[in-house]
Amino acid sequence: MTPSLLRYLIRHDTRYRYSQPVGESRQLVRLRPRELARQHCLAHNLETDPAPRRNEQYTDSFGNPVCSLHFEREHDMLFVRAESLVEITPPTPCALDASPSWEAVRDGLVYRAGHVLDAAGLEATGCLFESRHVRVKHDFAEYAHADFPAAMPLLVGVERLMQRIHREFIYAPEATDISTPVTEVLASRRGVCQDFAHLMLSCLRSLGLAARYVSGYILTHPPAGKERLIGADATHAWVSVFCPGQGWVDFDPTNAKMPATEHVTLGWGRDFADVSPLRGVILGSGKHEMEIAVTMAPETDSHIFLQKPL
Amino acid sequence: MPAGILLDYPFRPSRYDEMFVARGEARAHWLAFAERLESISAESLLQREKLVRDAIEADGVSYNIYSDPQGSRRLWELDMLPLIIDDSEWRRLSAAVAQRARLLNAILADLYGPQHLLAEGLLPPALVFGQPGFRWPARGLHPPGNIWLFSYAVDLARAPNGHWWVIADRTQGPSGAGYALQNRIIVSNAFPVAFRELHVNRLANYFRSMQESLARCAPTSGDETPLTVLLTPGPYNETYFEHAFLARYLGFPLVEGQDLTVRDNTVFLKTLRGLRRVHAILRRLDDDYCDPLELRADSALGIPGLLGAVRAGRVLMANAIGSGVLESGAFFGFLPAICQRLLGEPLAMPSVASWWCGEKPALEYVLAHLDELVIKPAFPGMRMNAVFGHLLHGESRAKMIERILAQPHAYVAQEWVRLAQAPVWRHRRLLPRSVGIRVFSCVGGDGDYTVMPGALGRVAPRTGMEVISMQRGGLSKDTWIRAPNPVRASLLKRRLGVDDLVNNGADIPSRVGENLFWLGRYTERVELGARLLRAAISRIASSEDDAEQGLAGLLTALRRQGVLDDRPDARRERDEDDPARAGTDDDAAEETRLERQLAAALADATQPGSVAFNLRALALAAGQVRERLSTDNWHALHALEQLLTAPITGIDQALSTIDHIMQACITFAGFALDDMTRDAGWRFLILGRLIERMEGLAGLISVPAHAGAGEREQMLEWLLEAADAIVTYRARYRRMPELLPALHLVVFDPTNPHAIRFQVDMLYEYIGHAAHELGHPFPSQTIDLLARRLGDFDLGRFEEDDPGQALAALRALLADTAAAAQTLSDEVHRRYFIHTANPTLLQKVA
Repeated sequence: MTPSLLRYLIRHDTRYRYSQPVGESRQLVRLRPRELARQHCLAHNLETDPAPRRNEQYTDSFGNPVCSLHFEREHDMLFVRAESLVEITPPTPCALDASPSWEAVRDGLVYRAGHVLDAAGLEATGCLFESRHVRVKHDFAEYAHADFPAAMPLLVGVERLMQRIHREFIYAPEATDISTPVTEVLASRRGVCQDFAHLMLSCLRSLGLAARYVSGYILTHPPAGKERLIGADATHAWVSVFCPGQGWVDFDPTNAKMPATEHVTLGWGRDFADVSPLRGVILGSGKHEMEIAVTMAPETDSHIFLQKPL
Repeated sequence: MPAGILLDYPFRPSRYDEMFVARGEARAHWLAFAERLESISAESLLQREKLVRDAIEADGVSYNIYSDPQGSRRLWELDMLPLIIDDSEWRRLSAAVAQRARLLNAILADLYGPQHLLAEGLLPPALVFGQPGFRWPARGLHPPGNIWLFSYAVDLARAPNGHWWVIADRTQGPSGAGYALQNRIIVSNAFPVAFRELHVNRLANYFRSMQESLARCAPTSGDETPLTVLLTPGPYNETYFEHAFLARYLGFPLVEGQDLTVRDNTVFLKTLRGLRRVHAILRRLDDDYCDPLELRADSALGIPGLLGAVRAGRVLMANAIGSGVLESGAFFGFLPAICQRLLGEPLAMPSVASWWCGEKPALEYVLAHLDELVIKPAFPGMRMNAVFGHLLHGESRAKMIERILAQPHAYVAQEWVRLAQAPVWRHRRLLPRSVGIRVFSCVGGDGDYTVMPGALGRVAPRTGMEVISMQRGGLSKDTWIRAPNPVRASLLKRRLGVDDLVNNGADIPSRVGENLFWLGRYTERVELGARLLRAAISRIASSEDDAEQGLAGLLTALRRQGVLDDRPDARRERDEDDPARAGTDDDAAEETRLERQLAAALADATQPGSVAFNLRALALAAGQVRERLSTDNWHALHALEQLLTAPITGIDQALSTIDHIMQACITFAGFALDDMTRDAGWRFLILGRLIERMEGLAGLISVPAHAGAGEREQMLEWLLEAADAIVTYRARYRRMPELLPALHLVVFDPTNPHAIRFQVDMLYEYIGHAAHELGHPFPSQTIDLLARRLGDFDLGRFEEDDPGQALAALRALLADTAAAAQTLSDEVHRRYFIHTANPTLLQKVA
């Protein structure tokens, strides 16, 4: 292990409580950090209570690892714990202003007879259009336009847009939920990481650029002198934009950062709906409650996982 | 007139006419039919027209219009004149349709697989990834036999030069083949001689081939007999009639999502006998709704885990999840090159000329030639109707152009096709209408596509109208393809095998059993409510002095059955509606109030327990099992439902409505006994009736059993009326009702079908049958115990001077009977229907 490598331990606990016993339940779990050039999942463990009757792994159409669980015995509680040890290599510095102009990138993705896209470009077109949570509308293009004057290098424009969203939008956990349309987020200037990601995706795609939603975790820093708390973190989301020649480049509008060594990627898709960490259906008519506790800590802090769990 | 009928037709030389080449002059392949038409008297033509209309009504052939505020069911519209297509022309057409099906299947396999078409620039990514119909979770799936498109339908139109063009591809869950079959049955009856003499190709082979291919292509383990089900979104879907009709014709269980479950990546049908593996799903549910786990999360219609079963190759989806992506008209322009690339041959039949606005040169052409084009949404599911460019002026034109420029890839323009005309029979003459046809194909015996030798003729609703759409009021035609030689004359042939004989009832979904059960209960409940109301209303209406005797007890019984709602708060609410009546408290007002309450008990469908309310519940249950009911049966139920649509205006009308309801109930009961197959489903209908009648009788009889001696005597008359036993009583005793013989008749008499004892005996028998048939042990202690108590009851005690003790024992027996009815109902539910819980989506993790 070279000193530049960073290792993190992540524990992600989810607990559902059902008001009435559930006879059958299915869960699609996307909690295994994806293998990437500078991210390796050295160990991963998923356990549930009760144990599933069936447990299958497959890769979804975006290349994310999925675990499909099926519970058939009656239960009134479901606990899912995913633990991962992840190693991150710091990125090589990226010269934003060396990227091609945003118009060139946009035009390169437009179909015309006789123009053949390479594999990377073709993959990018999958994240070029509207999807469940991302809209392509004039309003978004207009909002983004200030950061994309003529001939602006793509990545400089995206970086400016990220900064502006961070400046102009208020982080407000109570303001939205997953059903809040992105148009409303634009109007109210409020939301959480997921909303900011969907907003930024809407802006970029409305300009004709390819951008995808990334689901993952971010390292938080406890106040000076305080010990890191177990379960105090959360899942996180940011965006990645397609830049010919460089591939996909990540931007985190919630923190106005370009993810480097403190973001861990679970997977990606067109928007949240493609990569929700847990998606489930139960057979039963009662109500349910859900608690989540996420902890991401440097491997050197592993002792904190001995704290009383959720 | 007949001789002039052809000359009278306003032939338009500017259009292609299917029947005529010139005024009064039929085309060669129409000559025989034209001659026959001329030889039929005007009167006979009208009779045939009526025959067609009556057949549609009697069969309940319907098509639901979503936007129709009148409610869901609208009768199917069928012109009695067939559309005739020449055999040699048809051979070319059907070869072209089969080729197109092959091509579209190959495109699906590519789009959800290697995506060569995108990589080679033969198809724009916007038409795939930009389309809501592209199902990402279906990428990388390998359907059995590589069959993505099991069945396919195509809408064709004929240009003025006589050539056929494709105007739309139907790849999701093509509808219309069932309607075409229904049309054939009706029209061939209207013109039986012409049908035979013209050597019209039969449709039955096509459907048989569909059955066989599904069975052959479905993945099976060992020597399992493959089971195919027809998956419908339910009775509110626009083509539900067809789903039910086809399911019955093909012999496939008609199922909704909740009837299926996935265990170990295998799809099962929840039947009254337990779980049965499903090997193939003929899908009429849009793919997005099929699996709430991986597709649309808010779908309550889907089967959680279905995609897992598809991924594991354990079930054939006909058609595959994701096949709807090809319904976009924007593909048309790309098909010729793709056909060369994928099939290595030229595309046999052209699509209507079209320009996908996502390409710059095409967009420019469209904007420059708007008047000659029809603008359509590029993607199915976009809420937009086709717009004729030449009809757009001023602001609406500017708006449309703005919309196109904002998202060019979402629009496609097509050449404005001047549709061919064909005569329809309207207002006693032949009138021209724009026509097109929908042609059907499916995977056939040799693995290639087979084309149904016939079509659904689609006709514009008015002369001069250019749009053909069933959603917008179009009508239909039977389409006759003439064979060169005589055709064997069996319309609905289907060879039955031994499996068919023994399979009787094995695949009945639990939901169907449950709905039949409630259908039985509600029919009985409606009947009892109606009979009690009739007794009450006729007593109020009568001028005889003693007519109102026993009325109080009767009202108690109505209240007890939940039919009458005269609680003080309910009364106040209604009085407040009518200030003139509020506050007055004399006898006349009291009487009017009672009349109004009784009218509400009859006709207010919003009042729980009213006859109208129960009728609605009955109709709902019946609608869920429509495919199980014979046409006559369905007709009786339909009539029943119509009875309470008019408001009740007076006592006479109320009484006559009640009579009609009673008659319809009796007719329905008769059908149930004489007409329905006595399979396991039927038994649940009867179980429901018996349980409901037992509970109803117990409640009814307990009213006099709790009354004082004087009142009691006055109640016996209506008790016998309401229990439908008054005629028997009079025939037996020829005197005024007395307590002992009346009680004997309605409680203990094993020969009276309206006695509690009779219900108990029948329940004992039927529950035994059901348990035996469905392979369940059924401990019927409840019913055993009740039978014993009825047998042991000492009626002699009623001969004593004071029948108090006997009455107390009777009251206990009645209470236990009512409780037993409820216990039995619960037991039946638990044992046979318990799977019917709806899935709930878990709140997603943020």
